[in-house]
Amino acid sequence: MRTELHAEWTKFRTVRSWVVALAVAAAVIVGLGLLPGRQGTCGTQGPRSECVVPIGPGGELVTDSFTFVHQHLTGDGTITVRATSLTGTLPSEEGSRSGLAPWAKAGLIVKAGTAQGSAYAAVMVTGDHGVRLQHNYTHDQQGPTDRVTSASPVWLRLTRTHDAVRAEESTDGTTWTVVGTATLPGLPETVEAGLFATSPQYVEAMSEQFGMNGAMGGPTSVTAGFDSVRQVGGWSSTWTGERVGGTDTDPGPSSHSVDGDTVTLSGSGDIAPAVEGAAGLGTSITQTLVGTFAGLVVAVVLGALFVTAEYRRGLIRLTMAATPRRGRVLAAKALVLGAVTFTVGLVSAAVVVIVGQKVLRANGVYVAPADLPTSLRLVVGTAALLASASILALALGVLLRRSATTVVVGVLTIVMPYLLAVSVLPAGAGDWLLRVSPAAAFAVQQTSVAYAQVSNLYVPAEGYYPLAPWAGFAVLCGWTALALAAATVVLRRRDV
Amino acid sequence: MSSMSDALRAEWTKLRTVPSTGWLLLAVLTVTVGVSALAAGTACPRSACAADPVRTSLTGVGFGQALVAGLAVSMVAGENAMLRLTFASMPRRVVVLTAKAVLAGVLVAAAAIVAVGLSLLAGQLLLPAGVAVAGAEPLARAALGSVAYLVLIGWLSLGVSAAIRDSAAAVGTVLGLLYVVPIVAAAVSDPDWQRRLQQVGPMSAGLAVQATRNLSQLPIGPWAGMGVLAAWSLAMLLVGGTLLRLHDA
Repeated sequence: MRTELHAEWTKFRTVRSWVVALAVAAAVIVGLGLLPGRQGTCGTQGPRSECVVPIGPGGELVTDSFTFVHQHLTGDGTITVRATSLTGTLPSEEGSRSGLAPWAKAGLIVKAGTAQGSAYAAVMVTGDHGVRLQHNYTHDQQGPTDRVTSASPVWLRLTRTHDAVRAEESTDGTTWTVVGTATLPGLPETVEAGLFATSPQYVEAMSEQFGMNGAMGGPTSVTAGFDSVRQVGGWSSTWTGERVGGTDTDPGPSSHSVDGDTVTLSGSGDIAPAVEGAAGLGTSITQTLVGTFAGLVVAVVLGALFVTAEYRRGLIRLTMAATPRRGRVLAAKALVLGAVTFTVGLVSAAVVVIVGQKVLRANGVYVAPADLPTSLRLVVGTAALLASASILALALGVLLRRSATTVVVGVLTIVMPYLLAVSVLPAGAGDWLLRVSPAAAFAVQQTSVAYAQVSNLYVPAEGYYPLAPWAGFAVLCGWTALALAAATVVLRRRDV
Repeated sequence: MSSMSDALRAEWTKLRTVPSTGWLLLAVLTVTVGVSALAAGTACPRSACAADPVRTSLTGVGFGQALVAGLAVSMVAGENAMLRLTFASMPRRVVVLTAKAVLAGVLVAAAAIVAVGLSLLAGQLLLPAGVAVAGAEPLARAALGSVAYLVLIGWLSLGVSAAIRDSAAAVGTVLGLLYVVPIVAAAVSDPDWQRRLQQVGPMSAGLAVQATRNLSQLPIGPWAGMGVLAAWSLAMLLVGGTLLRLHDA
């Protein structure tokens, strides 16, 4: 096997145009990653324009912006209200229309303080998802009630005991159902507690051929009516109303009024984990790896040429005469090709991931930070994606023997499903395609996390894939293995 | 002029007797119609359909073009060592390239007319409102424009393969030029840059001819976009022809 490896490696490194092609691939991946065409406003409009995203108790980026009517609560206590109405506005072409965002939310909240990103637990009525208990941004639990109208109001109750907050709901104010209990570690003795309302960005997909799926949307607002406010425990007895996060008009209106035990709030924003893309802020570092597509084309060309060039010049006969064990020749070719494309992919992806974020930030684009394991997975995954694609092309080259056809088939099988999924196909068909086709491997570049409790366009064009990163990559490996097996069989049976 | 007709006959004989020509033309047809029908069948899951029906039912053109590129490239670079023989018997290389361009244009146009016709038929049957709602004039423009688009892509590929002469590298260059520009444009968040890329990219500019709705919002007008693609094809043919003359066979 060492002889075969050595022979294939010598062939590869002595063809100057192949080495040039590798350099071109690296240059394109790095060049497109550092493209100057991305500009943002973070930090470029003076000293106070930096984009600061609050960090939640779990270390994740969060959105924390809502209308808050609150009192101090020292020690244990309970608050009960009746939610009587929930109305809102949605963006439209004329400005706004009435309607509720599915995740418009209003209800009771216990929060460590009014600082953005502080710990909280809240029980709420929502636009389209019933009664929920949410705490510390990423946790979400559903209660039994579906919908709130003035005809069928819902009672909500929060009970704080040390660092535990119990949420209950009721349809009549006498029989109570526990929605759940949230534990907030390190909750201070005195907390801010009361009523809140907020409504997130609304997004809607617009289909556009090869302009990729665009998105339209805008801020929404919600107005919630509560009455029968009852408190038990160490409450401070005067209500303070304020807006947490955002300014008076951005992202939407905020107002509140307290009249005896009746409270009306309207607000806009969200209390949820921050997401990238259509409904979120800025971009993820995955976007800097857009040059992977160009690198992929070069990897496919190289993989095809590594064997079709031998067919074209009849050199394959010489190769097989010198090394009659054809399976070994193919294995050696795959190993050499895989190692070379992996190395080039690794180096260029590392440069893009490290330098690309700095360039974007310097241009004022908000880039969601990625931790070390994620960055490593991006770099190694991109390299492995290129290597696996070139080996797939190699196997196709053995099967088809013609360079042009091999490249066309290779590029179409890997890139076409992706292009179809991000351009014309609706979400369901596109997701299906990205589960079974070689293009599933692009999932290895996903850094964004999808949350069920945040409305967003979780679509491939925004960096969200249907499969987990390495599972998606495994699909491509499966195709590559299948093609290699077929190539081995054909190579053994066929005359050279 | 007899050398031109000789060249045409010689090229036609070569094309006719290579089995891959027929297979590639069949593949152009299958991929174009198949993808178009897939798009038309799934793009509008409910009765309300925001997408441009004509554009949706011509989606396959963007994928069939890869096979057109494969066909055109194999006409030049596919000759490999045979190219020397071709040039020995027909020393006027530009005439050879012209003959190849004429034949490629005729073959691609023939396949494209059938493919575009079947795609639109599929769109008419599968889309809830059909494609006829667009009106006769825009529909004709999109249909003829799509045929012209595929022919121009064939010529562009012919020029590139005359310049590069290695079939894998040539087809890789063409596919990279076609597909990478729209993907990069989608990743660029600056709308001005996005527009600029879509205006100069051969695929995004050329396919503007398929649009029948919101024409004012397109990055580039239908015929202007076709002009951009024609400029690409002409430039590539000129570069390819010049390099053919300058280089050893």
